[in-house]
Amino acid sequence: MKILVAVKRVVDYNVKVRVKADQTGVDIANVKMSMNPFDEIAVEEAIKLKEAGVVTEIVAVSIGVTQCQETLRTALAMGADRAILVETAVDVQPLGVAKLLKALCDKEAPQLVILGKQAIDDDSNQTGQMLAALLNWSQATFASKITIAGGEATVVREIDGGLETISVKLPAIVTADLRLNTPRYATLPNIMKAKKKPMDTFTPEALGVDVAPRLTTLKVVEPPKRKGGVMVADVAALVDKLKNEAKVI
Amino acid sequence: MSVLVLADHDGQHLKPGVTNAIAAALKIGGDVHVLVAGSGCAAAASAAAAVAGVTKVLVADAAHYAGGLPENLAPLMVGIAGNYSHLLASSSAMGKNVLPRVAALLDVAQISDIVAVESADTFVRPIYAGNAFATVKSADAIKVITVRSTGFDAAPSTGGNAAIEPLAAGADAGVSSVLGQELTKSDRPELAAAKRIVSGGRGMGDGDKYRAILEPLADKLGAALGASRAAVDAGFVPNDYQVGQTGKIVAPELYIAVGISGAIQHLAGMKDSKVIVAINKDPEAPIFQVADYGLVGDLFTIVPELTSAL
Repeated sequence: MKILVAVKRVVDYNVKVRVKADQTGVDIANVKMSMNPFDEIAVEEAIKLKEAGVVTEIVAVSIGVTQCQETLRTALAMGADRAILVETAVDVQPLGVAKLLKALCDKEAPQLVILGKQAIDDDSNQTGQMLAALLNWSQATFASKITIAGGEATVVREIDGGLETISVKLPAIVTADLRLNTPRYATLPNIMKAKKKPMDTFTPEALGVDVAPRLTTLKVVEPPKRKGGVMVADVAALVDKLKNEAKVI
Repeated sequence: MSVLVLADHDGQHLKPGVTNAIAAALKIGGDVHVLVAGSGCAAAASAAAAVAGVTKVLVADAAHYAGGLPENLAPLMVGIAGNYSHLLASSSAMGKNVLPRVAALLDVAQISDIVAVESADTFVRPIYAGNAFATVKSADAIKVITVRSTGFDAAPSTGGNAAIEPLAAGADAGVSSVLGQELTKSDRPELAAAKRIVSGGRGMGDGDKYRAILEPLADKLGAALGASRAAVDAGFVPNDYQVGQTGKIVAPELYIAVGISGAIQHLAGMKDSKVIVAINKDPEAPIFQVADYGLVGDLFTIVPELTSAL
C-alpha cells in the first residue's frame, strides 16, 4: 500500500514570534524553521505502518519555497522513500494546498494520506478535511491511534469530551494529533542515505492547479498586553488579593 | 445576508460554543438560522429555537446523522448553502471536523477560529498560537467560518422563538461509522465554558497526586479541572483536560496554574483569562510572566493551604 504524507516548513515551535512594526505580518527573517510538529508525527506514523508491513512506500510532499527541500530531506531521513516538492513563491492557503495534494494523489494513487492536524503558523486545521472533500474520501481527524486492516482504518480520535473510535473505509485521509506517536530522530547514517533518495519537483502550473489566495491579510497585530502581575509572599496574601483586589472569590 | 450555524449537540442540549457561534452570526447580520442534524434530536432543535435572535431551525433527523460524521453532514450543509452568505460553526471538535469539508466542496476558503467580526467579509483570527492576530478579508461569495467561543459572549439561550422546519435527510455516504466513545463523566463545570479553572501540569507528579491535591481546590471553588499537555502525555488525566494551542482555549474569570511552566503552546490556551494565578517552585518559570499573582514554592504545601483558607 502506498501512503502520501504532507509536511510543512514552519517557524520552529520554540520561537517566540515578533509582529512587524508595520503590521504587515510576523517577522520570520533569520528565524529557525522546522518541520511542523504535527507533520513529524504524521511521518513517524507512516514509517511505523511501513515497519509493520502494512505500507510498502511512503511519499513525502511539501509545498513552498526551495528550502522546503530541507524539510523533505528530514522526512526522507526519518524513513520516507521518495519526496515531491511543489515549488512556488506563493504563500499557498489550505484550499490551494488541498488542490495540489489532490493533483498528486491523482498521479500517485495512494490508499492513505496522513497530514498533521494543523500547522502551528496559521493554525487553520483545514487541509486534511479539504483534501478528503476534493477526493471524496473518508476522513479521520485528530487521530491518536490508527489501525489498518481489511481495507479499513480504525482510528481513535481526540474530541472535546474525551476519545471517539471510528472506522473509515480506505482510501482515507487521516490527520495526526499530538499523542499519535513520538517521532524518531533521524540517525546520521539515515541522514546520509536520504541524500540519495529521489526528490521530484513540480510547479502548481504543471499540476494544473490555481493557487491564488482567497483570503487577504489586511493587518497583523500583537495581542493586547496583559497588565503586569505581582508575586505574593504566601497563601494568606494570595487569598487577600483574590478576594479584595481582583474580587474573583 | 443570511447566516447558517451548524449546531453541535448531544440530541438533548446544545454543546458549549454554539450560542457563542450564534452571537458571531448575529454580529455578521441578516437572518440567523441553525442547522440541527442528528438522530432523535427534537430536544436539541427546541433548544436552538429558544436562542435569542435565531429565526429558523432546520432539523435533519436520520440514523446516519447520529455520529456527526463529516461525510454525511458536509453534503447536507452544502445542499442548502446556496441560501446563505455565511456558514458558521463553533471551533468545537465537530465544527473543525465538518466545516472545512463543506468549504472545499463549495470551492471556497475557510476562516478558522475567528475572535471578532469587522464586517460581512472581514474577520480577526489568531495565528502563531495567538502571538499575533490577523485581520483577514475573504473574496469568496460564501464565507465559511469557525468561531472561537472566547471571542463572543454567548447569545442568551432563552427569548428566541424560531420556526422549526424539517430538512430532508441526504443519503448515507456509508464510508464511516462511530464504533464507540470514551467520555469523561464529571459533575464539574465543562472546561470550555467554566468561570473558574484549576489546572495542573508536570509538577503534579502523577495522576493520583493531581487528583488528591487539585480536586479539593476545584471543589471549594466550583471550578473545572484542566491540565497542560505534559500532564496529559504523562497520563495524569484524559486528553479532554488539555488547555493549549491545540487543546481547549479558555478565558475564565480565574485560572489557577499549578506546577505548569508556561510553555508558549499552553499560554495560547489560557492567556485571555481575566485573572491568572501561578503556583510553581521555579521562580524563572515563564508562567509568571502572564500571571497576575504568582506564588513561588512547593505546590504540595501551598495548594492544600489555599484550599483550607478559602
